[in-house]
Amino acid sequence: MIKAVMVMNTQGKPRLAKFYEYLPVEKQQELIRRVFAVLCGRAENVSNFIEAESIFGPDSRLVYKHFATLYFVFVFDSSENELAVLDLIQVFVETLDKCFKNVCELDIVFNYSKIHTILDEIIFGGQVLETSSAEVMKAVEEISKLEAASNAITLIPKSASGWRSR
Amino acid sequence: MSGPSLMDSLFQRTLEDLIKGLRQQLIGEQAFISKALEEIRKEIKSTDLSTKSTALLKLSYLSSLHFHDMSFATFHALEVLSSPRFSHKRIAYHAISISFHDSTPVLLLITNHLRKDLSSTNEFEVSLSLQCLSRIANVDLARDLTPEIFTLLSSNKLYVRKKAVAVVLRVFEKYPESVRVCFKRLVENLENSDPQVLSAVVGVFCELASKDPISYLPLAPEFYKILVDSKNNWVLIKVLKIFAKLAPLEPRLAKRVVEPICDHMRRTGAKSLVFECVRTVVTSLIENDSAVRLAVGKVREFLVDEDPNLKYLGLQALSIVAPKHLWAVSENKEFVIKSLSDADPNIKIESLRLVMALVSEHNVAEISRVLVNYALKSDPDFCNEILGSILSTCSRNVYEIIVDFDWYVSLLGEMSRIPHCQKGEEIENQLIDIGMRVKDVRPELVCVSRDLLIDPALLGNSFLHRLLSAAAWVSGEYVEYSRNPLELMEALLQPRTSLLPPSITAIYIQSAFKVLVFCLLTYLMQRGSTASSMFPDNLPSAVSASVSYESFDDLSVENVVDATDTHGPTCTSASITNESIVNLLNLVELALGPLLGSHDVEIQERARNVLGFVDLTKLDLLNSSVQEENDSERKGAEASKTIELMHGAFSKELGPVSSSAQGKICLPDGLMLKENLGDLEMICGDIDQPSSNSFSFGSPYEEKGGVSFSNLQIKENSRQSNESTSLLAEHRKRHGLYYLPSGKSEMISNDYPPANDPMLLGNINDNADDLVKLTEESLTPKRKPNHAKPRPVVVKLDEVDEKPESKEDSLSGAVHDVLFGSEDIVPTSSQSNLSDMPSSKRKGKEKQHTDSHVESKENLVDHGNPSSRRRKHHSHGKERRHRSPRKKNAEERKDNGQKLKEKSSHRHGMHKSGQRAEEPFNFSVQTPVIPDFLL
Repeated sequence: MIKAVMVMNTQGKPRLAKFYEYLPVEKQQELIRRVFAVLCGRAENVSNFIEAESIFGPDSRLVYKHFATLYFVFVFDSSENELAVLDLIQVFVETLDKCFKNVCELDIVFNYSKIHTILDEIIFGGQVLETSSAEVMKAVEEISKLEAASNAITLIPKSASGWRSR
Repeated sequence: MSGPSLMDSLFQRTLEDLIKGLRQQLIGEQAFISKALEEIRKEIKSTDLSTKSTALLKLSYLSSLHFHDMSFATFHALEVLSSPRFSHKRIAYHAISISFHDSTPVLLLITNHLRKDLSSTNEFEVSLSLQCLSRIANVDLARDLTPEIFTLLSSNKLYVRKKAVAVVLRVFEKYPESVRVCFKRLVENLENSDPQVLSAVVGVFCELASKDPISYLPLAPEFYKILVDSKNNWVLIKVLKIFAKLAPLEPRLAKRVVEPICDHMRRTGAKSLVFECVRTVVTSLIENDSAVRLAVGKVREFLVDEDPNLKYLGLQALSIVAPKHLWAVSENKEFVIKSLSDADPNIKIESLRLVMALVSEHNVAEISRVLVNYALKSDPDFCNEILGSILSTCSRNVYEIIVDFDWYVSLLGEMSRIPHCQKGEEIENQLIDIGMRVKDVRPELVCVSRDLLIDPALLGNSFLHRLLSAAAWVSGEYVEYSRNPLELMEALLQPRTSLLPPSITAIYIQSAFKVLVFCLLTYLMQRGSTASSMFPDNLPSAVSASVSYESFDDLSVENVVDATDTHGPTCTSASITNESIVNLLNLVELALGPLLGSHDVEIQERARNVLGFVDLTKLDLLNSSVQEENDSERKGAEASKTIELMHGAFSKELGPVSSSAQGKICLPDGLMLKENLGDLEMICGDIDQPSSNSFSFGSPYEEKGGVSFSNLQIKENSRQSNESTSLLAEHRKRHGLYYLPSGKSEMISNDYPPANDPMLLGNINDNADDLVKLTEESLTPKRKPNHAKPRPVVVKLDEVDEKPESKEDSLSGAVHDVLFGSEDIVPTSSQSNLSDMPSSKRKGKEKQHTDSHVESKENLVDHGNPSSRRRKHHSHGKERRHRSPRKKNAEERKDNGQKLKEKSSHRHGMHKSGQRAEEPFNFSVQTPVIPDFLL
């Protein structure tokens, strides 16, 4: 099970925070702070793991990757494989990169909804459902089209969605 | 507040505007956000769905990334959800999934929306509602939407089907009854050819099996097929995780899966899969030597890899193997030790753990030396990590691995001098503990303590204060081993002691007192001996003569003798002169005088004690030195009597006290042990005394009639120990506060101490048994006798442990039922034949027993007997899954009567079918249903 996904920049500002169990916002903020406090003290070229049980409770592991100005952090439990989750971060970032053509922090800042859409295609309720960035892209594009269609002064919404779903 | 006008909605900020505004920060972030929130509160009340949804999106953003509460908008989110537009729905679902939880009041209003979207023809709408359900489903939602999910499980759109599969996990968890409906279809999906769906199903089973593996044993053939056939690493990893849980339950299965797992390990290039294979082997297939060898070989490849992640995981895998196959660590010893200086803290800690696993009686000195050197060089955190693990490893099981205590004590001294050392407290405990337990080490201990006390630099490090208090206590208590008590006195009274906290200063003063008494006594004896005869040989007899009437234990007298004999010229007797005594007394007065005005009562009182004692003796002593012999003999007699008295008070040895010692004391009549002492906490709470002091209570009294009394006691104990210790355990649980802290005497973990517990090393002269031990000790001079007996089993109260599993149990029960249904192994008679097969494990038989037991109760339950229902909690929980709905049925029937009749009767029917399915299930546990072709 994936417990949480966080993206934060090197100043500790959260750019994406997704917890797969309900947590009050104050608790979320505290967790992100504590993760950042550990992250910012770590050198480059060391392993991508952090001891997470002191922050997230028993049976939790944490891997992160550092890209340019951003940390991508995944928290999960013993039913995931650490290296596989590292690969998953790679998939996530690759997908973002394809979506935004050379993704940078600003893209993530300004595309709140889209980032969530992408992540939701990869992780569903804490379970990893899709590991191919091509498949994710396909779904995300469909959703964007559908959204645009529903927003364009909806004269024929029903038929549009009906056509799509066939 | 009036609703927003048209103008408001026309010029509404979009999310993008909001983000831009936040980034410009014209008025500061907090001010900007509160302004935006104000706008949102207004806009969200709009009747225009576009305005409303934009407001909701902005609010979700602020909640998610700026952590503002959005619970006020739950109802508005529902309103947006009802919009026909896809984009609105998406915003609403997003908002709901981040803000709803089980106690959100409007949660149930969402059911119909979800139902509608779940049956939508648009796969993305279905996906949205599934996504939402996977986050917020509670019992009611899960129950009410089970039919829709059942339909979706066989949807021909793979996009929908994989999500329906995934949502089942949450639905099962919240509403175990749904297993009956959905499980079969879930299992069918295991044979799906589509990799995405397969990955989802295996993922769900991996989660389910991690909570309750035994229920999924019957599915082993399906998993096995996937393990052999699948080419997808994600799927393989999950299947391996499932087998890691299943294999320990069924030895035949373990044998069967070893081969394919090893194949994968040899063949695959994906590190993640290799690591998962390794982990599966070292956790669950540890008995299979060839597989373990292969895995350790792979681990070695990881260890030498460039990638720090692989190194780290390799070390982790080694530490899983270590308990069973220490050779795996020894083989890689060199690498492990090298990793101690790795740049990565994770790797360092992991390798430290492994190094500690290698420690044994023979190499402890060598390894500790290496580690202390590392500690000197490394950063503060890791340094303390190292020191902590040395301390805990060496003290494990009452210093089991330590042979040479002199070495260990000097190591403790060395460790406390490491600049980053923050382990003062732990070292303190061990110094005192060793002092009390191991008699032979005391001279060295005093020597180490002196070195610590005399170093003024250490007083400046507040982490070491606790340690210094131990050193002070040790050198006061065992001052007779000191080579130079005068020097010790100067160390104890040096000006920089003002840096110490009051509680520790108090210990310093007390120790100074003990040293002072010892010096004076030595001086008196010396004078006495020189007066009576010039031969130093007389000294011992003088000592024993002067103290014999005090009924000292012989030991301490012997100690004095030892000290004087062995240390020869540098020893106390030679160095104390009249002049030095005068200096000593002056020093005491000078140093303690100011403390009379201390604000701390403890300090004040103790200082006054010492000074009072000095006053009492000083005059006599000084006079006697100036006046002529005869006079001084007479006058000095008073002083020496006082001094001897004091010495007597201090010389009784203190031994470590077992936590169970209290249990050996018979309860006096009229003593209320169970009374609530909560009020005392307020009074005792702020007395922060190091417990070393607490040992001094009452020792002078025990001496009289010790032999007969303690023998009696022991006899009593052997009879009573069982009941008294259990009573005590209970008492201890309730009033833990009043027991000695466990750090003091490591033996406390013995809940059932043997009657002749070796705890009272100090009181050896009392018991005959202990004499035996004493000889043992002298045979192996440096080694404290170990427990001859194996460590007693710690009895656990199993009633307490079982509670928190209710849900899984009901889930697993449901799964069992359904699995049985799907496997079509129904006839009870044939099943019981199966259960007689030799392969059925003992465990299974026990189960059988409990099951039949439970079943007989089942009938009672049907008649609504609540007490039997409760008792069933302790047996296996499989039946529980019926119970709650059944109970609910009964209540519903009673309470709501006609209204719910239809529904409840429907459910009742379901329950009945469930019960029918249950009977075969009872046997399924004994012989896990894995078809023979597999095994």
